[in-house]
Amino acid sequence: MNVHPLILSVKVAGIATVIVFIVGVSMAFLLARRSFIGKSVIESLFLLPLVLPPTVVGFGLLVLFGKNGWIGKWLIDWFDIQIVFTWVGAVIASVVVAFPLMYQAASAAFQTLDEKLEQAARTMGASEWKVFWTVSFPLAWPGVLAGLVLSFARALGEFGATLMIAGYIPGQTDTLPIAIYFAAEAGQMEQATGWVIIIIALGFSAMMWLNWWGRRNMRRFAQRER
Amino acid sequence: MLYVNIQKTLPYFQLDVTVEVGNEIVVLFGSSGAGKTTILNSVAGLVQPDAGLIQLHETVFFETNKKPLPTRKRRLGYLFQDYALFPHMTVEKNISYGMKGNPDGNQQAFLSQLLSILGIRHLLQKYPHQISGGEKQRVALARALAGKPDVLLLDEPLSALDAGTRRQCQDELLDLHRLWQIPVLLVTHDEQEAQRLGNRILEIEQGKIAGTKSVVGTNTTEVPLVVYKNNEKK
Repeated sequence: MNVHPLILSVKVAGIATVIVFIVGVSMAFLLARRSFIGKSVIESLFLLPLVLPPTVVGFGLLVLFGKNGWIGKWLIDWFDIQIVFTWVGAVIASVVVAFPLMYQAASAAFQTLDEKLEQAARTMGASEWKVFWTVSFPLAWPGVLAGLVLSFARALGEFGATLMIAGYIPGQTDTLPIAIYFAAEAGQMEQATGWVIIIIALGFSAMMWLNWWGRRNMRRFAQRER
Repeated sequence: MLYVNIQKTLPYFQLDVTVEVGNEIVVLFGSSGAGKTTILNSVAGLVQPDAGLIQLHETVFFETNKKPLPTRKRRLGYLFQDYALFPHMTVEKNISYGMKGNPDGNQQAFLSQLLSILGIRHLLQKYPHQISGGEKQRVALARALAGKPDVLLLDEPLSALDAGTRRQCQDELLDLHRLWQIPVLLVTHDEQEAQRLGNRILEIEQGKIAGTKSVVGTNTTEVPLVVYKNNEKK
């Protein structure tokens, strides 16, 4: 069996998840406790990819990153880098569609955090940096981790936007969902079935783990309320 | 010397108090919702007054229209009413949170003394959710004292303790204070505790100092009984 789609998919989803994690957690932390005019507009924009058809996201990305797009033209002129029809394009597509899941989970986690605890840390001389790494982040971690798993699963399954920006180039941009589509279309059902089993196994174990983790945390909180 | 003069508009009344705290224990006494905790929070820098001056010795914490000193630079010990222990850290980590780097010999000895005074040595490896309310309170007190603060803010510090432990902790607190001689602001609505711990008792009503109570306990020292009228300048 051709394992390239599996390796590529894990690579693309992995890199996308790291980016989504860093950007999503920092944005959520910065915005969670603040209120300002236009905050709901920004948050709606962040969550938009969740409700849009992936093809619309892909279309938007093509407009931005295409040879004549704002960013695409700039990247080609200055760095001679082309995004369209490369695996990097697949990463960008995955980042955009997975970001809302990460942002939402992290935002909820930071909002439910007891602000008293951060204040207590400050009274003991902790800098904002120390407060974040020793108090805010560890306490938000269960929620952040749930968002992380969902983001990875979403990135792994990304199809529509990826197809539009990265296309289907066997050996280069054939992520699992895309490879399955083209194998089935070409009548190579055996090949497609193998990949389908792999992706179901990955998704199923991610959800099982998430479930287990959620219940474990519920127990922890129940104990705390003793 | 801690000098506090603050005005702040709260939802139901105007907070307006002036109080000077020498190296003594001043009790803020009054019913819930009178603005006592807001006074402590202002000294800690967790809320900012609308106007006034807060100063500890030469260090200005807050002055009208100036940038307030960040909480972390105020060298405080603050015992919160609901303890605010870090749920993901052991008692030991909670207590040593405010200490910089590895504690040296002196700090170790001090910590050790603190642990035996408060009777919490056996709890070091436990997490906050594994200990009782009274134990949490003693851990929170140890944590507030561990950083050797320059000013101590105690919000209902001993309310969760049974009568015996409470009396013992009051004695320990008085001993520690005799040793340290720092300004202490203590909030309580237990009259007995106010009498036992306070050098002075200020009654707070609706955000104003309604009066002082004389102290009949044994803790009276030569600190003069002074209450500043509202808005009186230093």
